Amino acid sequence: MIKRYGDVAAVDDVSFEIAPAELVTLLGPSGCGKTTTLRLIAGLEMATEGSIWIGGRDVTHLSAADRDVSMVFQSYALFPHMNVLENVSYGPRVQGATRAKAEEMAHEKLKLIGLAGLEKRAPSELSGGQQQRVAVARALVLEPEVLLFDEPLSNLDAKLRRRVREDIRELQQKLRLTVAYVTHDQEEALAVSDKIIVMSNARIAQVGTPRGLYDEPHSLFVADFIGDATIVEGEVVSLDGGMARVRLAGLEKDLPSRGLKVGPAKLAVRPHGFRIWPADPGRPAIAGRVHKASYLGKHVEYTVETPAGEFFAIDGATERVPAQGTDVWVTLNDQGVALVPA
Amino acid sequence: MRGQQQTASSALAAPGVAPLAVALLGYCALPWHMNQSGGVGLGGWPGAILALKGEEPWLGPIALAFVLAATPFLTRLRGTKAGAWFVAAGAFGIFWIVAQGFSIGHRGWRFEALAALFGAPGPKQAGMGLGALLTVGGLLSLAMRGLAMRGWCRGDGFVVGAIGWIVALILAFVFLPIATILLSAFHDNSGHFAPGLFFEKMTDSSIWGLGCLGGGTACGVAWNTVFLALLVGVLSTALGLAFALIATRTQFRFRGVLRLLTVLPIITPPFVIGLALILLFGRSGAVSNFLFSTFGIPPSRWIYGLPGVLIAQLLAFTPIAFLVMLSVVQGIAPSMEEAAQTLRAKPLQIFNTVTFPLMRPGIANAFLLGFVESMADFGNPLVLGGNFEVLSTKIFFAVVGAATDQGRAAVLSMVLLVFTLGGFAIQQLWVGKKVYTTVTGKGDAGLSLPLPNLVKFGAYLTAIPWGVFTFVVYAIILIGGFVKMMGRDYTPTLEHYATAFSIEGGAGGLHFTGSAWPSFFATAEVALIAAPLTAGLGLLTAWLLTRQNFAGRNAFEFMTLLSFAIPGTVVGVSYILAFNVPPIELTGTAVILVICFVFRNMPVGVRSGIAALSQIDKSLDEASLTLGARSATTLRTVMAPLLRPAMVAALVYSFVRAMTAVSAVIFLVSAEWNMATTYIVGRVDAGEHGLAIAYSSSLIVFMLAIILGIEKLVGQRKLGRRGHAPAPAAPVAAAG
Repeated sequence: MIKRYGDVAAVDDVSFEIAPAELVTLLGPSGCGKTTTLRLIAGLEMATEGSIWIGGRDVTHLSAADRDVSMVFQSYALFPHMNVLENVSYGPRVQGATRAKAEEMAHEKLKLIGLAGLEKRAPSELSGGQQQRVAVARALVLEPEVLLFDEPLSNLDAKLRRRVREDIRELQQKLRLTVAYVTHDQEEALAVSDKIIVMSNARIAQVGTPRGLYDEPHSLFVADFIGDATIVEGEVVSLDGGMARVRLAGLEKDLPSRGLKVGPAKLAVRPHGFRIWPADPGRPAIAGRVHKASYLGKHVEYTVETPAGEFFAIDGATERVPAQGTDVWVTLNDQGVALVPA
Repeated sequence: MRGQQQTASSALAAPGVAPLAVALLGYCALPWHMNQSGGVGLGGWPGAILALKGEEPWLGPIALAFVLAATPFLTRLRGTKAGAWFVAAGAFGIFWIVAQGFSIGHRGWRFEALAALFGAPGPKQAGMGLGALLTVGGLLSLAMRGLAMRGWCRGDGFVVGAIGWIVALILAFVFLPIATILLSAFHDNSGHFAPGLFFEKMTDSSIWGLGCLGGGTACGVAWNTVFLALLVGVLSTALGLAFALIATRTQFRFRGVLRLLTVLPIITPPFVIGLALILLFGRSGAVSNFLFSTFGIPPSRWIYGLPGVLIAQLLAFTPIAFLVMLSVVQGIAPSMEEAAQTLRAKPLQIFNTVTFPLMRPGIANAFLLGFVESMADFGNPLVLGGNFEVLSTKIFFAVVGAATDQGRAAVLSMVLLVFTLGGFAIQQLWVGKKVYTTVTGKGDAGLSLPLPNLVKFGAYLTAIPWGVFTFVVYAIILIGGFVKMMGRDYTPTLEHYATAFSIEGGAGGLHFTGSAWPSFFATAEVALIAAPLTAGLGLLTAWLLTRQNFAGRNAFEFMTLLSFAIPGTVVGVSYILAFNVPPIELTGTAVILVICFVFRNMPVGVRSGIAALSQIDKSLDEASLTLGARSATTLRTVMAPLLRPAMVAALVYSFVRAMTAVSAVIFLVSAEWNMATTYIVGRVDAGEHGLAIAYSSSLIVFMLAIILGIEKLVGQRKLGRRGHAPAPAAPVAAAG
């Protein structure tokens, strides 16, 4: 589908499928079109071109009210003049259900979400996490074919965020919900998703499983956006089946070739793909100097200056941290190093 | 469950059936024209019968619209294609009805070209009635439904329909009258096209003469108006600024009283202040007599003319300037001044370099409002003007005076309209956008600086004498009705109230024998009908403007706010010119009064609605939509409860404005539907000042009671910890 505002395409030629009972995340930096995509699915925006199908039905021209889709908003959008029960039973009520029936449905979902007993509270009398769960219950009450989440965790504090995202994932798997989930937080996306769609500049950059995206990024953008990565210039010196021999700054390494030809190539190295040696390890290594070293409790983050550029690395050895300006030697681990096509 | 719901409802009512049925009912079953007495009763034939009988064959082609509309039902077309037929049917039907309505009038063809082509005088017909109204309304709704089926506004029939109706109503009751005025300015009074006459009237020295500069005769009325407006703009802004500074930046003990000052002008009929000034400074006024008996200064007529009108308008419009300046001064974040303070600026330096420059756009805004208000004012110049003529009174006398000259009234109206629209345009396009608001949503813990002494004493010197004077004037208004005759005979009496409001118990219950009762009941009735319509239409428009995206939204906004800038006198003249003849014949009825109030006061509803809606997160609407509520349901179940404070404000304001308006209605009242204000103006004219002031003060008290009553009744609901939504911006309009 395509969505244009005037000449600007907010969503440009985006096409994907969500399988039933699957949680798909739209991930990308702000302004990449991920929220617009979600609103197109919801029917809050209308596609300029293309079509949207839900459960075998073409809903492209249906308004939001006619689509079997519910949404959990970033701000939760709880109606402030209604209490929790009225909020959750709103959907069935405006669909014409009787009050008793609507409240029964609402009670069921509130119980499921662990909010039984708070029915008579006003939204403003709830904590942020509780409000968020009311919003989820309200979206679930119509048992929609697709449930949409628009950055649902961004208004929660860091500790709560981890717990709520686990709750959402658990609920989704338990009820076998089909979910589209928007976030700009790559860690959140990796944690909850079956499949991630990385978007950049209104287009899809890559679609894949969390592991696939992390281990085999298709582009420098994806490599950099999903987990940190240092991009290192290297050279493919020979090919052997699916493997390529890569040389960089005096090191040689065998990696899956991913369709690359002999010649200059770029590598994405994850922070744990580097190994830092305080003394010459006695095998080929890149000599460098510690530019920054931050002790973060369970690991140490390094920025190392080398002739091949600045490396960002983390190291689990925290007993002895080399001071700034110290000479170190860097080698590559087997994990966390990949050739990037293009 | 959503899917089932939908099929059920679409089986019950295929889209387009209801509006088509209404239109058909109007065309085939209800009387097409108004009956002879001007009512919309049930006498008379429907349009279809008139066409079949051959009496009015020009109503026949309307049937084609119904054929077009029926086509998709007969051929089982659905969706976009059916929509196209509906649009075509509605467009053709409305076009034909409007065209025939404007072409054929009371006395035959209404255009010379048509008369020349088909021979004079041609066919005749009366104004449109209930049948025509329902036909047009039904066809309009049908066309809008068709547009929605073609995907307009995300296919939301309610939104497209609402836009269509509001645009149609504004075209009919704001644009049509103005267009009529423009047209009639180019015609002589017997209806012939006469551009030469227009230029003659437009360049008349009574409008543009500059005699007063050379010490000769009086200046033209246009210059008088502009000169008065400039004075009022400058002085009311200065006074308003002084009051605002005192209210926000000093510890002045009577700050609370200033609040009262902001309510008074809203509930005071515009000419009452002029009346009080006469009672104080007129030839037999209280002050004049005191000066004569104590100092031997002979009473004169100085109050009648520029000084009197100026003082009266300042009293009336200073509170408006105060409201504007109050929000400006409060909008300056204390942290700005604190920053200057930490950079070691002295208090007076801070005021001159930070505080005042930040206020400057707001000052320009207040000035322009005072300027426009003064030009639009009618009541005070009417009561106090004497030989000092301004455009609004001149227009009035061109219509009702001894030398009635509609063309002249139209030309004068155009001049006044250009002035006020110019002021309004500058305010909207230039000043309105430059207002700095440095207070953001983030907390600002700073404290405003106290005023530098120089500024403080300046403000006190300006504001306190004026404040005292204002209260004297209002005291006169309140007590004036309880004495025999202000200035001459201070014997306490209830005689004036008895004349106005006596009630006698007799056979068959109470009889309201007081002379004021008929106009009082008529006013209250019209105001009570107009208020909910105004508030509803205004808030609906505000909702469309803030929540819906559609092509031409800016033009739509401009249209709805335009009637704000049209002075009441111009509205009055344009209404009698436009609605005295078919196709829309309304003069002399209560309907024209209600319509006049609704469209003059609607912008206030729009503004308070916009202010309130911008406080409400848009995702609330969207949440309701994704839960399957259509936009009409969302409006009712989510928006309406949240908009309650704005609704109260709009209701109160439109009610009060309808009770106190004089400039437009003075042209539109009839013997049966006389308004309180026009009745009072009549009493002033007849010299019955005691009765007039007694009636005025009763009106003021009555409106205060109503305001408090509505607020109590509708109430406000606290929305959690965040408390109330901020009160909507002060309603400010080109009153008069």
